Order: sequence, then C-alpha cells, then structure tokens
Amino acid sequence: MPYMMGGFPDPETSIRIANAYADSGADLIELGVPYSDPLADGPVIHEAATSALAAGVRFEDVLEACRAVSGRLPVVLMAYTNMVLGSQGPAAFAERSLAAGACGVIVPDLPLGEDEPTRDLLNSAGLSVVPLIAPTTPEKRQTEICRLAAGFVYVVSTVGTTGERNELPAELQGLVAGVSAEADVPVAVGFGIGTAEQAAEVGRISDGVIIGSKLVRLVADADGGDQAVAAVSRFLEQTRRAMGG
Amino acid sequence: MKVESPHVPGRFGPYGGRYVPETLIPALDELVAAWAEARADPAFSEQLAGLQRDYVGRPTPLYLASRLSQRVGRNVYLKREDLAHTGAHKINNALGQVLLAKRMGKPRIIAETGAGQHGVAAATACALLDVECVVYMGSEDIRRQRPNVERMGLLGAEVVPVEAGARTLKEAVSAAIRDWVANVETTHYVIGSVVGPAPFPTLVRDLQRVIGDEARVQALEAEGALPARVIACVGGGSNAIGTFTAFVPDENVALIGVEAAGDGVDTDRHGASLSAGRTSVLHGSMSSVIADDEGQILEAHSISAGLDYPGVGPEHAYLRDTGRAEYVSVTDLEAVSAFRELSRLEGIIPALESSHAIAWLLGQGRSTEPGYDLVCLSGRGDKDLAEVIGLEDA
Repeated sequence: MPYMMGGFPDPETSIRIANAYADSGADLIELGVPYSDPLADGPVIHEAATSALAAGVRFEDVLEACRAVSGRLPVVLMAYTNMVLGSQGPAAFAERSLAAGACGVIVPDLPLGEDEPTRDLLNSAGLSVVPLIAPTTPEKRQTEICRLAAGFVYVVSTVGTTGERNELPAELQGLVAGVSAEADVPVAVGFGIGTAEQAAEVGRISDGVIIGSKLVRLVADADGGDQAVAAVSRFLEQTRRAMGG
Repeated sequence: MKVESPHVPGRFGPYGGRYVPETLIPALDELVAAWAEARADPAFSEQLAGLQRDYVGRPTPLYLASRLSQRVGRNVYLKREDLAHTGAHKINNALGQVLLAKRMGKPRIIAETGAGQHGVAAATACALLDVECVVYMGSEDIRRQRPNVERMGLLGAEVVPVEAGARTLKEAVSAAIRDWVANVETTHYVIGSVVGPAPFPTLVRDLQRVIGDEARVQALEAEGALPARVIACVGGGSNAIGTFTAFVPDENVALIGVEAAGDGVDTDRHGASLSAGRTSVLHGSMSSVIADDEGQILEAHSISAGLDYPGVGPEHAYLRDTGRAEYVSVTDLEAVSAFRELSRLEGIIPALESSHAIAWLLGQGRSTEPGYDLVCLSGRGDKDLAEVIGLEDA
C-alpha cells in the first residue's frame, strides 16, 4: 500500500507515479493531499507538501491523479481536517473525492471523539474514514476505534511522525495482534517502514503495509520524472519480492 | 448581553477541540486529569502562589499613566506585567505548567517561542525547578530577538532553530508539536499561549487569569468603579484572555483586543486572524485562522514577533462571535510610533506586542467619554531595541 504526495514533484509526474504504483502490483494507493501544516508528518513528507503548494498544486490536481488510477486499484486519500473542511465543507469534499473514484480517506488529525458529525457525514456519503490507532492508544479506546472503522484500520507502528526508522518497535506485533482481534476490517501498518525487509516483516503480522516517506524521498531525490518513476518502481518490485508476492 | 459558558469540555462554541494525531490523545487526557487534580490540591496552589509572590513579584502594580492619560483624553491605567520576573506575563503560565509537569513526573520540557519571551519564561521555570528544557524558535525570530536567545542559553535551555516556512512562530509551534508526538511519554509541552489542542487553551487561561483577577481588585480600589474599557494586544491571545477573564461577567466593561495589522489588514502581510481570518484548524484547535479558500494556512506578518502568528486562541473567536469582546487592529508603523511615545511619556519602554494596545488607545481609541481605561502592558521592550533602531537606520 504505497503512499504518494499528490501533485509532487509536479502534477504530470505524480500521475505517472500513481500508474507505476499500479503497475508494480500495489493493492491500494494512499494519495496525500498537500497541506501547509501537516502535524503527523516528518520532514520528508512535509517538504514534499511545501514544494507542491509552492508550485501551485490544488486539491483538483490531486483528484486528477486519483481519477487517472482509480479504475485500476482502490485509492484512499490522506487529507488533514482543514482540507476536508475546505471552504465548502465535508459534504463537498466527499462528493468530489467519490466522483474522482476515491473509496476512502485518512484524516490524521481527526481522532475519535473529535468532530464526529464530520466523520459520520463522510462515511454516510460512502467515503470510508480509515481511523488510526497509535502505540499509545489505550485498549478500551482501541476497541472503540475498531468498532467505528470503515475500510481498514491504520496502525501507527511507532510513537512519532512519519519517516523511515532503522528498527521497528518490539511491541508492534502485540499491538497488531490486539487490533486484529477487535477489528472486522483489515489491519494495515504504517509509519517508519523504509526497507523491503521491514515491509516483509510487517507483512507477516498484518493485512497491509504502508510505505510513505521512503517513496516520497526517492521521488524528491530523483533527477526528473523518468528517474522518479524508475526509482519507485524498482523499490516496489523489490518489496513485492521480499513480501513473497 | 449574556454569554453562555461553553458546554462541551474543550470547546468554546464551535471552536477549540483536539485536532491532533491519535498518538497525543492519551497525553491530553492525562493532562486534563492532572490539572484538575493539581487545582484541587491546596499544596499545589500554595506552592504556585508562593512562587508568584516571592519569585515573580506578583501582584504586579496597576499604574495610573498620567501623561499618557492626557493624550488619550481620560485616565489610563497600565497593568504592569512588564515588571514581572523575566519581563512579561509569560512567566505566569510557564511556572504553573512546569510545576504541573514535575507533578506529572515528566523529566523533559519543550516549548516554542516567537518573541522569545515565552522561551525565556520556560527556560527560567526549568532552571528554577531543575528540569531539562528545549525551546523551538524560528530562525527569523532568532535573528530579530537575539538578546532573548542569549538569555535562554544562560538559563541552560537548548534553543533549536526551525528553518521551515517563514521561520517564525507558526513553524516553531509545529516543530514543538512534532517533538511532542515523538517523545510524549517523557515530555510535557509547555505551550506559550491560549492556543493548541484542548486542554491547553483552558489551562493557559487558568494560569494567566491572575492578571485580570489582580487588576480588577486594584482598579476598584483606585477608582471605586470598574473600567469602561479593558484593552490588550492579541497574537495567540494569552495576555488578553488573562486580562479579560475576570471582567467577562461585568457586562458594562468593554473588552478590546488589538491585533497586528502589519502592513494593513487589506494587504497579505498582517497577523489579524480575528479581523481577517476564516474558521479553520491550526495547531490542534478550530479557531479563526489566516487561511486560503482550500484551508491552507497562510503566513502572517507583524513587526512584533509575538503577534506574527496566523492563528488565535479559540476562546477569542468565541468572544468575538458572541459580541462580548471587540477586536481591532493597528499597523506596524502605528505600533512603532506608540513604542516611542510611551517611552518618552512615561519612561516605560513597552514590548512591540504591548505597543499595539497603546497604539490603538493613542489613535482610533482616543476618548473623552466618562470612565477610564485599563491596558495590559504585557511585556517590556528591551528585546525590541535592535529591531526598532534597525528601522531608523534603514
């Protein structure tokens, strides 16, 4: 389940990257909507968002990438609350996202208990709100989050913001097992996964592996669109092989 | 007009809330419980009150500024927060929160700072209470508030420059929140204003309301009646909330918050989030924010680093909507002119932030109506000398 920043490094290349993800056998694309103040993100994704916004990328450009691949595989948007509210409110956000073929949305700054009307509105419009569970989430709250989950549950592997880590915490396996026992939907793990080996390790204990900063960094470091597409394709193929797919 | 108190905990009407990553939710819950418990504990209140008296120098005086009064047209009293230890009201909050963090067993403190006053206050409280302290500060603010950077170093705090965006307060808050997400189990985030996710806007208000509680008693003693207007500058809005809170039930007292108009609220360079903002989320709460039509946060501008922030505390947005407080703004030029004028009239060099409140009184706010005014002089201006003198040279 690879992540990409919509409109980065430019709208045209981002559509090519989305197609490259599909070609590499991704099961789902997590498509980031650039936001000026992404509190859950580490420096790599933050910089990509800043760069996309500086180049004038708007929500419509992200939807363009969504439209380009949503016929090939499921697309889940990753959008902060401000993007969901926009100027026209969550109903308009849901309508535009669904029309572009998105099936769900991850809102990293909309935790359980906060603004439930917005969550209900998105879900009832048919755009599944994928909730997050963190290593710090108490068990009772985990259960409640699982009960409300639509699409899948996103388990945050480590305490902190998005970004590659050398090692994943030993407690991860227990956390994922606990959540899987409670959830009726698949359980995916993200944050900190930056190598094919880590992906394989997490793939053994969960239903899905989300890779974000690593891929965004490959795009940021590439010299032009062709190199960016080649770099992410190569990495995803290695990952798929390591995961035995 | 009667203002209902908000019913949902952590919400002020539609504003406030906790728009933060899931990782932080348990820490915010823990903070709510710890603060309720600390407030109910007489030993905690006594310890804080003792430090406020003997260490901070509270109560700060309420001073009748006679020559300023002549200019304005009626009596003006200054609540002298500039005389509090470290030179601004920020110490009220920092000391309370660091005491609370110690009680919660958190060995590490992080803080953000714009003008450097909150950073200095946090570093001071951490030195006093022997806690590790890391302060995030935009590199542009490090440039324009050099003396405060040096003070933090002397006090033993580590100042981490933030290079993102416009390299000012907004990015410093974001960097502090990201640090908190990563180190939440060992760290308490001493936020510097009435902003951020619940319970911070309430917690900081509770710690700053001492300004207005003292001032109300002092004003009644001096004049035998309540002031006609209570005036304070508003960036994040902590000195304003601290001053206003005691007067909110006094319906005949007008509450006036003065925002930074920068180059003008009709330009794209200002910090007037209440006068020219839209309802958005910034740094974990819903409030009135300078943002574009898609919800992207825009850069603020003010000559005063402490007001150079595109958001404002959610309670201010609520006080604005209910009509209980009125928000006005003054430009950089007006603030600098008031900075000079108060220095000459009263021998008091005000912080550029507080100069905004003085500037409003000397300009749009002049009045010869009966009654008198009370202004929160939130900080002293030593830190701003280089910035103002630089303008002269330019």
